[in-house]
Amino acid sequence: MERKIIEVKNAIKIYKSGDEEFRALNYVSLTVYEGEFVAIMGASGSGKSTFMNMLGCLDKPNSGSYFLDGVDVLHKDQNELAKIRSKKMGFVFQGFNLISRTSAIDNVCLPMIYSGIDEPLRIKKAKEALRIVGLSGRENHMPNQISGGQQQRVAIARAIVNDPPLILADEPTGNLDTKTSIEVMNFFVSLNEKMGKTIVLVTHEPDIAEFCKRVVTFKDGNIISDTIKKKR
Amino acid sequence: MDIKSTLKMSLVSLKINKMRSILTSLGVIIGVSSVIIMLAVGEGASQKIAKDMESMGSNLLMIHSAAATSGGVRMGRGTKPTLTLKDAEAIEKECTGVLGVSPTSKETQQLTYGNQNWSTSVTGTNGAYIYIRDWEILYGRNFYKEELKNSSKVAIIGNTVANELFGDVNPVNKTFRIGNVPFKIIGLLKPKGQNGMGQDEDDTVFIPILTAQKKVFGSDFPGTVNMIMVKATSDDVLNDVEQQINEILRRRHRIGTNGLDDFEVRNLAQMQETIKSSARTMSILLGAIASVSLMVGGIGIMNIMLVSVTERTKEIGIRMAIGATTFDIRMQFLIESLLLSLFGGLIGIIIGILGALLIKALTGTSIYITCFSILISIGFSAFIGITFGFYPAWRASLLNPIEALRYE
Repeated sequence: MERKIIEVKNAIKIYKSGDEEFRALNYVSLTVYEGEFVAIMGASGSGKSTFMNMLGCLDKPNSGSYFLDGVDVLHKDQNELAKIRSKKMGFVFQGFNLISRTSAIDNVCLPMIYSGIDEPLRIKKAKEALRIVGLSGRENHMPNQISGGQQQRVAIARAIVNDPPLILADEPTGNLDTKTSIEVMNFFVSLNEKMGKTIVLVTHEPDIAEFCKRVVTFKDGNIISDTIKKKR
Repeated sequence: MDIKSTLKMSLVSLKINKMRSILTSLGVIIGVSSVIIMLAVGEGASQKIAKDMESMGSNLLMIHSAAATSGGVRMGRGTKPTLTLKDAEAIEKECTGVLGVSPTSKETQQLTYGNQNWSTSVTGTNGAYIYIRDWEILYGRNFYKEELKNSSKVAIIGNTVANELFGDVNPVNKTFRIGNVPFKIIGLLKPKGQNGMGQDEDDTVFIPILTAQKKVFGSDFPGTVNMIMVKATSDDVLNDVEQQINEILRRRHRIGTNGLDDFEVRNLAQMQETIKSSARTMSILLGAIASVSLMVGGIGIMNIMLVSVTERTKEIGIRMAIGATTFDIRMQFLIESLLLSLFGGLIGIIIGILGALLIKALTGTSIYITCFSILISIGFSAFIGITFGFYPAWRASLLNPIEALRYE
């Protein structure tokens, strides 16, 4: 049987603002197997960000179940979730979200500090991750000294350095120009194909979704289409 | 997360905002340095008082006769001639725990030697006086028993008197006059300097008490003395000796159970204790004032840490997303504030010590820097760092990662 990395069933998320209630997720179910490269599409307010936060264990649904790599994460406390985040997944954000005034290598080292890896090994692995994303020799550059594309590659290095099975990318190309976007996307493709990472990527650009093997579209808190374009 | 990495991380973020970190520590720097200076000055003052007290002699009891009443007018203490040499002898014989008893009578007299003259207080006393008052003889010797008994005309003089009358010449074995009576100098006292009241202790002459009464002072009441000094063997027996003296004197002076004492026993140790405790109160007061500025410094740290938490909301969100636990976040901010306050504390200690030395150099005030004040400063600044850092750290750890990530 294939390894289920993500298994969400009947997730409901309700936001309240004053008297009004807003259902951001409406009985959403999705299963992602190991080695998939999934694009999540949808207009803003469609529930895709809420879904993403839930996948990243940053938010919990009001009802439903979520198993991450076989673990029931909805019944874990904050600290256990932090451990799961550092071991099971890597985040790549739209705004890069590197820690400012902190060198590239220190940014990449951060997840390993929290997962308790010793300093010598930490530096070795961080250098290796930066080499994979093609940034050897820029270890000591500050985020404001390198281009957007390079910053995003540092962020990717940070996401893969703990060798997690799942990578979550929230509009990773949203702040990049077309040429850099294509570079970054090609990089995700090679992560998926060569390193076997399972990737879930949120985007609203169809061009970007083209790089993925499966496209899931959200609308008004529901999944309205789920197309597998390419076999894993 | 190991403590070394947290420490390193906190150091890095403090280094990023160098100026701000220094300014934040400034409150603690000022607080700690003023604590050190205040305690040094306070401690210096009480040490000086203690030293002055010691120059008067320790474990002392002073017995004065009570005031005389003449036609309804009360005279001062010691004016009623009730204490006698015999009383002193009785105390020495009957009391236990007594190291020495010394009856004294004092008068100001004119001294002459060659063409020099000088006025000073002449004390008629016995040989015990020297060690009761913690004097030392620099040249010569103490009175012999025979000299005391035979009212010999011999004197022991202080350093100031020697300088005024004899200049640089060694005065031992020289003969000078007290009033019109020639005296042979048998000893020169080792200088003591000024006492606590600023009086020159060395401006003094001791002669045998019988000699004083018979040949110099011309007392109206032969055999009476101004005062009897008693030195106890130790601090512990002082109260017991005082009790014994009261009993002996009341018996000897035939005072009934309801009669009033015609003498007064004063305990020098009690006086010392009073003065010492007031000095201690003073330094506690100074320390309390200084602690207020430490407190203000701590609030400064809390203020900046709160600003820092708000400013770094996004960073906190990122850290949480990539696996930091609430504990990790709390530790990071707590260690940052601890580092700030300890850094401030260390600089404060250095500035405090330099400041105290500067005060000593400029004003000549005696200062004394205790290990205790340094330890208390370090302890206090660590305490402040943790106390005032806790709330900001706690707030940081409670941030919602989603909202923190969205924060711009």
